[in-house]
Amino acid sequence: MRRLINRQPDVVVRFGLMLIPFIAVVIAYMIASEARLSANPNDKLLPGWSTIAAAIERMAFLPDQRTGSYLLLQDTISSLTRLGIGVAVATLIGGIFGVLQGLIPYFRATFSAFTGVLSMIPPLAVLPILFIVFGLGELAKVVLVAVGIAPFIIRDLALRTEEIPHEEIIKAQTLGASTWQIILRIVVPQMLPRLIDGVRLSLGAAWLFLIAAEAIASDSGLGYRIFLMRRYLAMDVILPYVAWITLLAFTLDFALRLFQRIAFRWMYRGN
Amino acid sequence: MTRVTVENVWKVYGDQTVLESVHLEIEPGSFIALVGPSGCGKSTFLRMMLGDEAPSRGRILLDGVELDAEPSPDRGVVFQKYSVFPHLTALQNVMLGLEFAASPVMARLFGKAKRKAKTEALDMLNCVGLGHAVRKYPSELSGGMQQRLAIAQALIKKPKILLLDEPFGALDPGIRAEVHEILLRLWREEGMTVFMVTHDLSEAFKLGTRVIAFDRVRTRPEEMKAYGATVTFDLKVDGKSVPPRPELREQLAAAAQ
Repeated sequence: MRRLINRQPDVVVRFGLMLIPFIAVVIAYMIASEARLSANPNDKLLPGWSTIAAAIERMAFLPDQRTGSYLLLQDTISSLTRLGIGVAVATLIGGIFGVLQGLIPYFRATFSAFTGVLSMIPPLAVLPILFIVFGLGELAKVVLVAVGIAPFIIRDLALRTEEIPHEEIIKAQTLGASTWQIILRIVVPQMLPRLIDGVRLSLGAAWLFLIAAEAIASDSGLGYRIFLMRRYLAMDVILPYVAWITLLAFTLDFALRLFQRIAFRWMYRGN
Repeated sequence: MTRVTVENVWKVYGDQTVLESVHLEIEPGSFIALVGPSGCGKSTFLRMMLGDEAPSRGRILLDGVELDAEPSPDRGVVFQKYSVFPHLTALQNVMLGLEFAASPVMARLFGKAKRKAKTEALDMLNCVGLGHAVRKYPSELSGGMQQRLAIAQALIKKPKILLLDEPFGALDPGIRAEVHEILLRLWREEGMTVFMVTHDLSEAFKLGTRVIAFDRVRTRPEEMKAYGATVTFDLKVDGKSVPPRPELREQLAAAAQ
């Protein structure tokens, strides 16, 4: 009998094993829902499939009676716009500061302690300040997302930049490169895929900050809708929304990974 | 042709002396093999030649002018690892040196200038026998091919001095002999001075016109910190022995008895 650590499942078994936890959760939900609904048909906590399906149809495929717009679509567009701008700004700042901090000793001496302290400030504690300074509009939410994840991206990228072998930097200098040329041709091209990794890791936090900001002051967005529905205990809307957010987050992550594979083939060749 | 003069060079880290009173006069066009046990400071010496580190005392002169305190294109280098850039193809790796020189802001060439650089880089790649692999990334090349690429990349700048830090240590013997031939041919063609750190004595005597050994002269435990390594053997490969310091000759004679 071979040791457990040496036994590998084949493709089919692996796929089946992967499905087991998902199926188990669905079955557990169905049993619990059935039990509660048989005791009280008006129970709102664990709605049955038909109730959920009706809610999905109402939110996604029928125009809202009051505004005439499709709520799920409108919420998704609002949220993704805020998230996209916030993450893009954080990526740009993180890319520039991370590379400079990792490569240039004078820049590191000036900013590394500062970004270290900034990254310790809990972003949600700053949210009231952002609302006071930037008002309750879109800007405060975007800023929260950007401020929330930028310090992490900066520090992550600065560490990755420092990990570039010293030999490479020396070699570039013996080829006559200036600091600017080293940044442009050696460091940035190698750090872009690492930057994507950093962004992928910080997407979870970005969603957290987005939903928190939307929950507190907003008139659209996925987070806004969930917290609005909470007042009515409308689990039939909240559950599909949570599933939808999860799907969006998963898709974003997958898209970034795919982009990395296609755009930076050199990382995956050979080996 | 470049004459290298090493004048009383010391390297001290904190209270640990690594190298002491190294004097060398290197003929233009020499192939110097630096040998010695691990930790004897031969790589430290090479890093000082490179400008990656500065001597604590003394100075190193190229044709009578003190070395730049940082790496520059007159001194090319090949390390054992990480000598080529993983995100560039073989051709791009070799073109890089030409692009840095000709395009300060973009560090890239376009149109006619690019075609000219490409032709030059392809010639260099053919010289090291990589004509068939110009579009491959370093991770797709074998160890021997990567080192040949690193040599081509360094030589495109026509350096006065080529520094090699155990460049073939990770290669198996057949491949190693192959790369030796290429290196010797390029060394004769380019007329540069080569410094090569190696662990392999047969390699040192095969390639070098002069083999220089670094070692510690004082090895008692209480002396280890205060005294560093220095040149203990300096052999012209045609057979002449040139001990660098008279007192050393006496010490060696004493040690031999």
